[in-house]
Amino acid sequence: MRLSTKLFGHAHQFRDVKDVLAKANEEKSGDTLAGIAAQSVEERVAAKAVLSQMTLEDLYNNPVIPYERDEVTRIIIDDVNKTIFDEIKNWTVEALREYILDLDVTGADIRRISRGLTSEMVAAVCKLMSNMDLVLAAQKLRVTAHCRTTIGEEGRLAVRLQPNHPTDDVDGILASLREGITYGIGDAVIGINPVEDNPVGTKRLLDAVEEYMLKYDLPAQSCVLSHVTTQMKAIEDGAHTGLIFQSIAGTEAANTAFGIEGKTIADARALMLERGMAEGPNVNYFETGQGSELSSEAHDGADQVTLEARCYGFAKRFQPFLVNTVVGFIGPEYLYDGKQVARAGLEDHFMGKLTGVPMGVDVCYTNHMKADQNDLEDLAVLLTTAGCNYFMGVPMGDDIMLNYQTSSYHDIASLRAISNTRPLAEFECWMEKYGFMEDGKLTKKAGDASSIM
Amino acid sequence: MNNQEIQRIVSSVMAEINKKAPLGANGNTSTGEVPDISQIGNPLNVPDPENRGAYEDMMNATSARIGVWRAGTRPLTQTMLKFRADHAVAQDAVMSYADEAIINRLGFIQLESKVADKDEYLTRPDLGRVLSDESIAKMKAEATPGAQIQIVVGDGLSAKAIDSNIEDVFSSCKAGLEAKGYNLGKDIFVKNARVGIVNCIGEILKPELILLFIGERPGLGTAESMSAYLTYQPVAATVEADRTMISNIHKGGIPPVEAGAQIVSLVEKILTQKTSGLDLEL
Repeated sequence: MRLSTKLFGHAHQFRDVKDVLAKANEEKSGDTLAGIAAQSVEERVAAKAVLSQMTLEDLYNNPVIPYERDEVTRIIIDDVNKTIFDEIKNWTVEALREYILDLDVTGADIRRISRGLTSEMVAAVCKLMSNMDLVLAAQKLRVTAHCRTTIGEEGRLAVRLQPNHPTDDVDGILASLREGITYGIGDAVIGINPVEDNPVGTKRLLDAVEEYMLKYDLPAQSCVLSHVTTQMKAIEDGAHTGLIFQSIAGTEAANTAFGIEGKTIADARALMLERGMAEGPNVNYFETGQGSELSSEAHDGADQVTLEARCYGFAKRFQPFLVNTVVGFIGPEYLYDGKQVARAGLEDHFMGKLTGVPMGVDVCYTNHMKADQNDLEDLAVLLTTAGCNYFMGVPMGDDIMLNYQTSSYHDIASLRAISNTRPLAEFECWMEKYGFMEDGKLTKKAGDASSIM
Repeated sequence: MNNQEIQRIVSSVMAEINKKAPLGANGNTSTGEVPDISQIGNPLNVPDPENRGAYEDMMNATSARIGVWRAGTRPLTQTMLKFRADHAVAQDAVMSYADEAIINRLGFIQLESKVADKDEYLTRPDLGRVLSDESIAKMKAEATPGAQIQIVVGDGLSAKAIDSNIEDVFSSCKAGLEAKGYNLGKDIFVKNARVGIVNCIGEILKPELILLFIGERPGLGTAESMSAYLTYQPVAATVEADRTMISNIHKGGIPPVEAGAQIVSLVEKILTQKTSGLDLEL
């Protein structure tokens, strides 16, 4: 394995695979904060050049955290299909990139190869891709899943309805929910971030949403995004939920900080298959985001793109219905501005799909980032072109509980119009039945929450 | 006539006009000033809702931006501009510095973190947690070592929050603490500060308790929210769980004068129990 190169006659020597992976990243404030980023643009390109000539076997043999001391590494390596890996282990990362982009290689071909990849390989090829590469490659990859609705099919763009409220007030939540569904929002999930994380509160919100969904026979899945163990307790206490949620990370230590391990998620999945409200088989919902490992000081010196890819490798084991990266939420010390957020959004979406998980993106920004509404809209259009499974939908994009801005009901309706896509099939039928949509177009009734009390 | 009734009349008149004119063609084109969009509030813009009363009840149940209607699939122009105005307040607050007149008037020892400018402040939280070398020297020369209570004020993510609240909170808080006979160090202001600056100051001055006021990350349309952090005997190893916090201090949340009184009672508990954070019994 070669770890050095010359660029314009200047020598560039890298310490190990982990160092090459970190320095080959596009510029991110989080990698700088961690002290692992390339020191110059030239060094960044040199790292990419060295990475391009590494073999997939080099990456397989050098996970950013050793197998022996990290559960996430073990889950990723154990789930690799060794027959497929043996076919491709001598490929360089360059060859993998060009295979993915080859016009004669289909999405199905790539999905097969993907079973032989570890997350380090997924991250590595991502680092050799430009933004347009990431859009084009992701567009080839369709990953579908079924809970009560089917997500990921061609021609469909789904959305999580996120009717959060700063005091978990049921009337306030239902108000946002009603208006959202008239815009065609909620086909991915109706998911509430609660203020109070306890089983009683979780059950109270799930009961309210369930009652409303039953009243109108709304084809969606519900979820209250408290801690996974809180949701499990609520389910044991009789709550009905469509999906079970958890934030996950790319290292064992960061998952420990989230209060979970692989077994926690496996138990949650088993409980859902036994007691959940929807047929499944995909019943898990995960959220991720570049920088979360560093923010809990559990990054182990690895870069945030590779760690993000490892989140998807972890997620894949549990066959989730939804995985989304909350790409602009974490703050400017990890993703500084609109440009870094856009890059991260495209990377995460591509890496998720290459891993084989049904990928959505919470395209968002906080008020202390150098990003605004136009940056958000740019990325949403790019990701729609890339075939993103779903986005978030919040009234005017203003989440009054989490205090950040994400895509709005209007944005989703607009993205569907721009890309000629529709809500998920089951949900579209429902909208037609209640007169909110005709032939994929919103009717005059759409936007009137009082018409569906 | 209450606001709701006025809004109802305005909305029904607007709905009538909307039937005749294209969307956006109902603006006031007369002379004079363009109305202040930040004062629009959250009117019900759905032109002909099936149940107006129910809609108004829903809008009263949440501060979410519902009832906004649409131009095709996009927001109406005034709704979009109001949103942009609300974000503008937040963006400007993050990049602003505290009003020097207020800082001078309150007679702070004025210090700085190791951060050079706002861009570095945003990307290097680690540098916002330590004082610059010059500031350490200045603090050693001018500040009070070993005070019972050391008050520190930092701009944080919104200097505007300090400008709006610090004088009011001081008026009740400092008077309350002095009335209880506590010994206070000379007040310190730190530019480009993070909460962790408390540990750096604690290591050097060794007060029994540091009370930090700092600007919070601004929300849409509100950049005035301030937090207070109380840390018992802060040192380098002190973590967030060791601090007791009051957030949402501003005129629309916990009013600053009231917050000052709450802080006095917290200080008493902390100094009696000799601990802060998760271990403190409230």
